[in-house]
Amino acid sequence: MEAVADFFSEPWSFEFMQRALIASVIVSVVAGVIGTFVILKGMAFVGDALPHASFGGVAIAFALGGSLYVGGAVAALVTALLIGVIGRRGVIRYDTAIGILFVGAFATGILVMSTQDNYTADLFAFVFGNVLGVSWDDVWLTAGVGAIVLLLVVLFYKELLFTAYDPAMAAASGLPVDAVQFGLLALLAMTTVIAMQTVGVVLVVALLITPAATAQLLTRSLSVMMVVAAGIGALSSLVGLYVAWHADVSASASIVLAATAIFALAFVLAPQRGALWQSSLMRR
Amino acid sequence: MKSRVASGVVMAAEAPTTTDWALDVREIVAGYGAHTALDGVTFTIEPGCLAGLVGPNGSGKSTLMKVVLGLMNPWSGDVSVFGGSQVRGVVGYTPQVELVDWAFPVTVADVALMGRYGAVGLVRRPGRRDREMAMAALERVRMADLSKRLIGELSGGQQRRVLIARALAQNADLILLDEPFAGLDATSQHDLIALFKQLSEEGKTLFVATHDLSCVSEDFDHAVLLNRKVVAFGRPADVFTETNLNEAFQRHLMVLPGGARTFVGS
Repeated sequence: MEAVADFFSEPWSFEFMQRALIASVIVSVVAGVIGTFVILKGMAFVGDALPHASFGGVAIAFALGGSLYVGGAVAALVTALLIGVIGRRGVIRYDTAIGILFVGAFATGILVMSTQDNYTADLFAFVFGNVLGVSWDDVWLTAGVGAIVLLLVVLFYKELLFTAYDPAMAAASGLPVDAVQFGLLALLAMTTVIAMQTVGVVLVVALLITPAATAQLLTRSLSVMMVVAAGIGALSSLVGLYVAWHADVSASASIVLAATAIFALAFVLAPQRGALWQSSLMRR
Repeated sequence: MKSRVASGVVMAAEAPTTTDWALDVREIVAGYGAHTALDGVTFTIEPGCLAGLVGPNGSGKSTLMKVVLGLMNPWSGDVSVFGGSQVRGVVGYTPQVELVDWAFPVTVADVALMGRYGAVGLVRRPGRRDREMAMAALERVRMADLSKRLIGELSGGQQRRVLIARALAQNADLILLDEPFAGLDATSQHDLIALFKQLSEEGKTLFVATHDLSCVSEDFDHAVLLNRKVVAFGRPADVFTETNLNEAFQRHLMVLPGGARTFVGS
């Protein structure tokens, strides 16, 4: 019995593991909520692009000695704005504009990184994530930004819902659809910036879409889907950190794979929308 | 040259004031880039009337709807709705069914309630009165029983009814409907026309874009025949003449006069 208790309690006797858990739970809850809009609007590609683009800003901020978070946020927001500017002209498709811009911004990050002598550890942490290395300052910042994002979603829930579901009708009803759509990108950019340190730019998209997609299999309404996605994200963080601790493997990869495993379970076993349920209906 | 029948009707009437019209569209020119989609479109629709908007693909029906809804600024011309120039929020709209995301996790009641969102205002929540209005709108289209259903679980006819309920919940007196008959079987189409007639008798003005000439000619009060310009507008019997139809549809359509009915095919 004591061995079992140790198995579950041992990791949290270390402060860096406590910080890792708090940070990753906050990030995955926020990412689950924003990710719900991302998958319902078919924005998975943007969800992958903005984290990559923000890395360009992180590298520039690093070279200039500024705040890495501010650098990342600015780069993500500028990229989101430019995607809108280029895509709206109609000549270049949105997904093409996204592809051009995020690769350009990411390459800028690599270019700047190659000019720095002491880059490796600090900047690579943003690419692949370094949740075990977050400081208490990082945790507070993550909590603050996360709280702002969630507060804005609660305040503008009605506008986000209507714009996501039917932008034309929302505009005809007098809602500021362009502002709401850019606002959603801005929330995505803020989520990206706090998620970079936990899972890294390469894996942020997994926290955005995997828990939300799992929730879609299990729920019937948007608000419940957001709550369930947040819960699944938090559970993935907890399971991932246990795996990382006991198997001594990468924490960010473990968190993402925990989310992937939960999705796989739901995909097969979910009532009504799961593969087993549907194939048993077919046979009848 | 432009809109012969059209200007004839307007001139013949005794200079009506703009408030006489549910919809008054004057000399609208609109397009995309270098392409002119609407080239001097002028027509009027009376309040409480069931009006059809008919024209071939690419005739500018969707562009005209966007302009009337205020989603697109025309290059020139004016739109007035019940005498006012403010169209946003005043005009109800049901989009083409193919353009609606039926997999979105919202219920019938949620969609009807969206009709209230414009009036509720930014950040504020819809209140009990808004919920009652949404429910009353669902009752008018006989969808109240299904209010807790997900929209993905509805039949084609039910999908149209929910979208109409949303426009009713908005309290719009003019409702634009884009291709509501597309993909419906004969029974559902018949039910939908009965609903349109009921709503127009209750005072709503319905403006319906459709490919279905026979249904407009049999059941509608008013028709606008469009092909970048208004070829004709007025009573369907006066609008759907062989000459007008041939001008609007050109070689996309063959008109076969057959007794009381006009048969058309592409």
